[in-house]
Amino acid sequence: MNQEIYTHQLANGLVLAAEAMPWLESAAFAFLLPAGCARDPAKRLGLANLTCEMVQRGCGARGSRQFVEDLEMLGADTSAGILPSHTTFAGAMPSDSLHEVLGIYADVVRRPQLPPNQLEDAQQVCIQEIRAAEDDLAQTAMTELRQRHYGDPWGRATHGVVEEVSSTQLGDIEQDIAHHYRPNDTILSVAGKFDWHALKDHVESICGDWPAAVISAPETDQAAGGYHHLPSDSSQTHIGVAYSSVPYSDPGYMQARGAVGVLSDGMSSRLFTEIRENRGLVYAVSAACHSLHDRGSVLCYAGTTTERAQETLDVLTAELLRLADGIQEDELKRLKARIKSALIMQQESSTSRSRSIAFDWYHLGRIRSLDEVGGLVDGLTCESINAYLAEHPPQDMAAVTLGEKPLETPLGIS
Amino acid sequence: MEFRNQTLDNGLQVIAECNPNAYSSAFGFFVNTGSRDETDVISGVSHFLEHMVFKGTPKRTAADVNRELDEIGSQSNAYTSEEHTVYYASVLPEFQANVVDLLGDIMRPSLRKEDFEVEKKVILEEIAKYEDQPPFGATDKCMAAHFVGHPLGRSVLGTAESVTALTATQMRDYFNQRYSPGNITLAASGKVDFDALVAQAAKISADWQPFTVRRETPRAAARSAINVIEKAQAVQQYAVQIANGPAAMDEDRYACRLLATVLGDDSGSRMFWELVDTGEAEYASIGTYEFQGTGIQMTFLCCAPEDCRANLGRIHELQESVEQNGITEDELERAKSKVCSSIVLRAERSANRMFGVGSGWLQRREYTTVRESVDRYKAVTVADIVAVVEKHPYTTNTTVVVGPLTDLQPLG
Repeated sequence: MNQEIYTHQLANGLVLAAEAMPWLESAAFAFLLPAGCARDPAKRLGLANLTCEMVQRGCGARGSRQFVEDLEMLGADTSAGILPSHTTFAGAMPSDSLHEVLGIYADVVRRPQLPPNQLEDAQQVCIQEIRAAEDDLAQTAMTELRQRHYGDPWGRATHGVVEEVSSTQLGDIEQDIAHHYRPNDTILSVAGKFDWHALKDHVESICGDWPAAVISAPETDQAAGGYHHLPSDSSQTHIGVAYSSVPYSDPGYMQARGAVGVLSDGMSSRLFTEIRENRGLVYAVSAACHSLHDRGSVLCYAGTTTERAQETLDVLTAELLRLADGIQEDELKRLKARIKSALIMQQESSTSRSRSIAFDWYHLGRIRSLDEVGGLVDGLTCESINAYLAEHPPQDMAAVTLGEKPLETPLGIS
Repeated sequence: MEFRNQTLDNGLQVIAECNPNAYSSAFGFFVNTGSRDETDVISGVSHFLEHMVFKGTPKRTAADVNRELDEIGSQSNAYTSEEHTVYYASVLPEFQANVVDLLGDIMRPSLRKEDFEVEKKVILEEIAKYEDQPPFGATDKCMAAHFVGHPLGRSVLGTAESVTALTATQMRDYFNQRYSPGNITLAASGKVDFDALVAQAAKISADWQPFTVRRETPRAAARSAINVIEKAQAVQQYAVQIANGPAAMDEDRYACRLLATVLGDDSGSRMFWELVDTGEAEYASIGTYEFQGTGIQMTFLCCAPEDCRANLGRIHELQESVEQNGITEDELERAKSKVCSSIVLRAERSANRMFGVGSGWLQRREYTTVRESVDRYKAVTVADIVAVVEKHPYTTNTTVVVGPLTDLQPLG
């Protein structure tokens, strides 16, 4: 595949990473700022989310309404979100709007107005999100699982706590911005139709004089692990299981990804076949690699009615443990076909490429071309994956259930 | 970009938007059947059948179907709505023949009894899953209340009772009444070899016997009603409101969608500024949906239970304001920009075009290019908006509220 990938680091540390997709009419961007919820201070859980809400309530010379209306007229479909590691602002638009939209977002991250009379509304918005998340039972179970598996702060819920959001002051938000809305450790990725030289010059002009600051790393607590049950008068029992794996930057990552693919990618995968197709235990079951900067894990989910929850957990953990016995040639062949076709299809989406290259830069400090990823996929063999699994068998699993009754924990969950 | 279409002797229609520069190809069998074509006794059979179609044919076991879909690296799935059941896959262009062979074969499924019993459990789990998920069935309950006595009032999933009682024989009968080749369209998009597609479709469907399929498409009555359904364990209150709207064939559907964008888009709309930006609601938005013979405008609200009554009151005021005073030119221009940009961006993916081209054909026997769709939105005037809201007022609606409240009286 003939890819044009560019990177440019500004003197203040900001990295601009871009992939040209001249066959598209669109362009997409992702701004990743080192302002994730893992950096929320004690007693201020939810600060990153509140800050993210406040900076979109007027920036530069634009008031809150003007900000939204200008983006609408530019045809930009934008979003914002909080990860443990980052606050992200992203969007897709007709390519001729790209420079103007980036200019607006430079104002968002550098010149937010933070109008004091908007603080209460912004807090209410964040509290609504916390309350709505409580109603999503599958998400509640998985949030608890991440918390127990990663510990604080990397496993914490991104939205924070109602009482702490309510008591946050404007000064806390200003501090958050002063410390974390900084160009060093910030990644701006762009994919789609653009002129590289013009884009680079434009980003220099809107972000070049953005001063850097020291950004401290958060302290990490010990994870609780083990099994935990959340009682709920729900229709289904929601089951989450996690075990440690390697991060995206690890040389063994593709092997780990391959093993999880055999478990969960596609309709012939092991979990789908054994839990849904053969036994009819669930509608939804999945396993996925999840990566922090220095740690990785595999997170699994299954939702099933109470009377079949024990069998579901038993079959799920048995399949995870069986993985250590190795995978088969035909399983790997199917997986390779799926991954390679998904890679090529990414070429039809500027949004998905802009996210991929930002993710690559954060984890690897460089961008992998699709050819390189294709080569890594081609290089996977049963032997290499089985050797990885022999060294990293799924073990010491953490589990969370949410539902009517707690379950017996099978072998493997500690 | 070239549109091609051909109807085979047995009635199967093959359509494609061919783009020789695309990276992928997408194929879908669009069956013109869904929950509106059921009866109460077999409620949920269209969706259950959609699952069973993947369970194998005289030539393939269920495991063969799953394995082959993965072997060609396809992104495949299926969905059922009130009117359509769609089986689709995106693949790299070199796998066109494989995927069409496979999807074509499963259009004549074995519907084995043993598979039926196992899959019934999966369907019951799917129903249970939605019971745990916001808005806790409010959408289905509102459809049932709004379309009482109308075929669109039936839930796509069916109920735990109706699905439990379904038999494999009832499903076979339904299949034999609905899956006529004349009631199916094979839609494709992306890098497609159309002549090869037609030849292969003809071969696969050579022994599919055509028969007559009917569908009743009455307009829905306009009604005003409100139901409160208690869900004690919910934290938030969820409201769904349905007003009538343009049908699939109505030209004012473009104006209606732009109006919904002005009043209830999830960002930058009147409801957004009044309720969401202020933190009065988690969300407050409007979507428009067209069916054959009728259409709906659906309003969604999620907020704290104690604010629900007041928020519904404010939504009513906003609706009245649009009905009495219309909208401004500025608002219309922004809505056009948003809607048109999203149409163009979505079209970059072959799979998205396959859905657009396929459903447009099923609903209207019409192919619309991306440019034509954009032009139709751009041609809408403020006067058109006034006309559509007069014809389909938001304030005549059915409302269903689900959450901790037992009624909508103010608390305290």
